[in-house]
Amino acid sequence: MIATSGLGRRFGGRRAVSDVTFSLGAGDCLALFGPNGAGKTTLLRMLAGLLRPTEGTGEVAGVALPGGTALRGAVGYISHASMLYAALSARENVELTARLFGMRDARAAAAQALARMQLSHRSDTPVRLLSRGMQQRVTIARATVHSPKVVLLDEPFTGLDDSGSAALGAHLAALRAGGTTMVLVTHQIPEGLALATHAAIMRDGTLARMEEGEAWDASSYLTVYRGLVANGA
Amino acid sequence: MAPSTLGAALLIARKDLAIEFRTRTAFFSAVTFALLGIVIFFFAWDPTAVGAMDLAPGVLWGIFTFAGLLGLQRSFGVEQADRAIDTLLGAPIARESIYLGKAIANFVFVAAVQVIAIPAVALFYNVPLAEHAVALAIIAVLAAIGLVAVGTLFSAMAVNTRLAEMLLPVLSLPFFVPIVIPAAQGTARLLAGRPVDEIIGWLKLLVAFDIVFVAACMLAFPFTIEE
Repeated sequence: MIATSGLGRRFGGRRAVSDVTFSLGAGDCLALFGPNGAGKTTLLRMLAGLLRPTEGTGEVAGVALPGGTALRGAVGYISHASMLYAALSARENVELTARLFGMRDARAAAAQALARMQLSHRSDTPVRLLSRGMQQRVTIARATVHSPKVVLLDEPFTGLDDSGSAALGAHLAALRAGGTTMVLVTHQIPEGLALATHAAIMRDGTLARMEEGEAWDASSYLTVYRGLVANGA
Repeated sequence: MAPSTLGAALLIARKDLAIEFRTRTAFFSAVTFALLGIVIFFFAWDPTAVGAMDLAPGVLWGIFTFAGLLGLQRSFGVEQADRAIDTLLGAPIARESIYLGKAIANFVFVAAVQVIAIPAVALFYNVPLAEHAVALAIIAVLAAIGLVAVGTLFSAMAVNTRLAEMLLPVLSLPFFVPIVIPAAQGTARLLAGRPVDEIIGWLKLLVAFDIVFVAACMLAFPFTIEE
């Protein structure tokens, strides 16, 4: 579902991502960890078709990067910005995305997506009046309303309270069980590992460590991560 | 199935107009600016030196140009907050539909400002605009198309820069000149009661610039938003 080979991106003379190679099948989830500035967001934006790679090749949902409408139609992207219109209600934001993705009954799809994130009671509230955590739930509803084959998540747990985190975790587990492929960027290592089938640590734009098939020891992973990041600093 | 280019453009235009209708910030700013401009020109005007028929077209199109910039400034500004533009860029729609949707919303904005400002000019300068309402509406629509075609593109280009508020007028105004000249000349001849043939020539020029600007700006737009 996702395959990259030597994928990279330069911004002028600065190399933000370099030589990233991995592959994920349907239902796989890659938890991607790394310090700020490691290149995680740049990698996600390339996989989402929002950023053109300058090196290497990649394929997402059967479409070669940088992709086009076919790739974007198969992807749901959650960035660390909310990507919402503050003056519109939660329902209007989600419904707009559903319509842009060509869903037939966009209103019903938006209502279902908001219900999954336990937001039905605030669906007509303008986003600017919602708390940060609630905005994050709307963001997740917006990104998954069209049942994408691939979901790319950049810090999705940010701002969520316990119930929000639990709802998101359950939602992502259900998506994975349904065959959705995910790349999850997070600084919360336990939550990331709980969902993941693959885990990777990114440092200085490259994958410094990559493990598959849950072949990691969750209890010591944080120590491994800190050691790897500290050595690279 | 993802919407067509026009279908997606209408969705985006409706979204932009809904946001403007709820916040009303740009519209009230533009209307206030237009009315104040008309009043200031009126008090600075010496009727014994320059006739109303000679001054009104220049005032009208000068005011429109600058009032329209206020709306164009906001066009891509609303997309910058919380990176909402990524919602549009991540959707399976043609990049041109984003431009077209923004341009349609901007056109409605400029037309709404015109609907208020034109009667105000008629009132202050005592010019018989009502007699020429249809012809003036045609000039206004053609001029608005050209202004928003160029302004929407430059709004997208300027919004990511630190000097966006200054850069948009600097980039746009030179390209507004080929639109404002035929619009003002056509309006002046219309008010002076000149033969239709004289006005048709200026209208043809407006149509030509509209076609060139809309086509060129729509083709250029995808390159302005590529990272």
